[in-house]
Amino acid sequence: MPILVTPQTKLLIQGITGEFGARHTRLSLDYGTTVVAGVTPGKGGQFFEHGGHRVPIFNSVADAARATGATVSAIFVPPPFAADAILECADAGLDLAVAITEGIPIRDMVRVKHAMQGSKTRLLGPNCPGVVTPGTGPDSSGGCRIGIAPGYIHKRGHVGVVSRSGTLTYEAVFQLTSKNIGQTTCVGIGGDPVNGTSHLDVIKLFNADPETHGIIMIGEIGGNAEVEAARWIKANCQKPVAGFIAGATAPAGRRMGHAGAIVGGAEDTAAAKIAVFKECGIEVAITPSDMADALLRAAKAKGVTLA
Amino acid sequence: MNIHEYQAKALFEKFGVPVPKGAAAKTTAELNAALASLPEGPTMVKSQIHAGGRGKGTFTDGFKGGVKFCKTKADARETAGKMLNNTLVTIQTGPAGRKVQTIYFTVASDIKKEYYLAILLDRASSKPVIVASTEGGVEIEKVAHDTPEKIHKIVVDPAYGLADFQVRELIFKLGFTGNEAKNAGKLIRNLYTMYWETDAAMVEVNPLITTPAGDVLALDGKVSFDDNALFRHPEIAALRDLNEEDSKEIEASKYSLSYIALDGNIACLVNGAGLAMSTMDIIQHFGGTPANFLDVGGGASKDQVIAAFKIILGDKNVKGILVNIFGGIMDCNVIATGIVAAVKEVGLQLPLVVRLEGNNVAAGKATLAASGLKLVSGDTMADAAQKIVKLVAA
Repeated sequence: MPILVTPQTKLLIQGITGEFGARHTRLSLDYGTTVVAGVTPGKGGQFFEHGGHRVPIFNSVADAARATGATVSAIFVPPPFAADAILECADAGLDLAVAITEGIPIRDMVRVKHAMQGSKTRLLGPNCPGVVTPGTGPDSSGGCRIGIAPGYIHKRGHVGVVSRSGTLTYEAVFQLTSKNIGQTTCVGIGGDPVNGTSHLDVIKLFNADPETHGIIMIGEIGGNAEVEAARWIKANCQKPVAGFIAGATAPAGRRMGHAGAIVGGAEDTAAAKIAVFKECGIEVAITPSDMADALLRAAKAKGVTLA
Repeated sequence: MNIHEYQAKALFEKFGVPVPKGAAAKTTAELNAALASLPEGPTMVKSQIHAGGRGKGTFTDGFKGGVKFCKTKADARETAGKMLNNTLVTIQTGPAGRKVQTIYFTVASDIKKEYYLAILLDRASSKPVIVASTEGGVEIEKVAHDTPEKIHKIVVDPAYGLADFQVRELIFKLGFTGNEAKNAGKLIRNLYTMYWETDAAMVEVNPLITTPAGDVLALDGKVSFDDNALFRHPEIAALRDLNEEDSKEIEASKYSLSYIALDGNIACLVNGAGLAMSTMDIIQHFGGTPANFLDVGGGASKDQVIAAFKIILGDKNVKGILVNIFGGIMDCNVIATGIVAAVKEVGLQLPLVVRLEGNNVAAGKATLAASGLKLVSGDTMADAAQKIVKLVAA
């Protein structure tokens, strides 16, 4: 079993009629993802049509979920309205809300995260590339692609990938697929300082998933989420794990594109995180070109087959 | 977004956080008017730049101290004349320093004791945290390292807000009693309201002081805001001082490029923040030094690539360029066409290594090869980084 989503997962898209949302809905449909509904307030009753697909549009997430059985939402709504869109998913009792939107005010996310405590809805993101469980068709089609990742670079297999950064995730996935190593699920948790699902949450899911044989964890400077995950891995995870931390050359106090990627103290530098990775038995990728090879080294040391 | 101390103090006053009486001036004429609004007596003269370490800084003409105590207003006027339009170098400005374009005068306060107070996001709990210490007026990082027991933290419930018992807890821990306790409690509550209502990223008061008369005042103020929330605070967005920002970074933001200048000589142009950071890292790993962080975003249109090349080439330290694009959704051939057009338009003479990967990469590489440009193709990030480092060293 992959984690979080399967090719059967019924997906709804919030912001399906916006340019960004529409574009990626088409790509997900082409990939074979089960997109069952769209939500754009005021456009309920219309349809989103693409390549023979006719996706009904609803005024609210609750309406869409009730009518179609959708359990997961991909959120493409603009930043000022995104926090509200996330809460709407929680109210509708969805299993997972994947917030792709970049640029949500931190205060909004502080409030949303607090309001979602105790809710059954898991939040992924915001400011994330989404999640992909590759399919078994040509170029991994037939899988579940939620968000903005390129579907074709994937391959169905046994490696779990978790990352804060979109393009670095693609880089890791591309390296794996080029070496004929497939993935169970690839998860982007997002680059913001306040996000939903953490590195550790995803690592726990991969650890419990029998189909996942090895894990690549990609982190950045800022915060201590990678350190928390690494310590848990040391105590609880027998699977081979490779890690990479971006931002070794980033100057202190400067925000590097992601709102969360900023060095604040001694503990959240790349050097500090890499030291903890090593101490916790995680094979460190020396450069981003080395991510797949690092996992191969870790797998070899543990006698685990990845392909 | 950062603001100046004098702007922060004005916001403090608006939210009921007491500050010493002060006045700002941007021109020689305004210096006199600003001083005229203050009472005669000991006066502080404070250079307004977006960098710390002002007091211990030195001006490029040798004049020492960007923050000065003056016994009289006449002294303050003379000192301010030496600071205004002079360039101040502090530990945070880098050797080039910053031109002082605003002077802030304040009435010099009698200080009984100095404290530290800040409000920011606690990433671990995703809630606001108030940090306070009895050790004010010094580097808080040093206090946290040497005497962590003297740092007090209160995590605030974002739904309920700052509770009275939490304010009392801080007051007791800081050792305030009587009238001081009452004044400090009010100040902390008001500062929290300001932090929350203005979407501040951080509010720092160092030092917070008590006076012999029992007043509690914010003697300094450092405030930054969440850029993503500025759309709902036009009055705060208006406080932005472009003089304090790198002109190349301002130009980049017009094209939705995220650019940060660094000290090295290998420029990079990358799509995605994580990939851009790790491109800088891999340049350094192979012995080079990155000249910048530049994220062109997910799209990387031709116009953006042209703008990016122009910005990169505006940095005279740059001796070579590394383009690293992972074209996930974007067609690599579209990106390659943009690169070729950009290189031709700017008349690039420097070594250029391009690493393209992803969608329709074969066509993209063919376009680069057929362009007749003197560029080098890199297969992996490691290969590309090694090639540009070698070319720049040659």
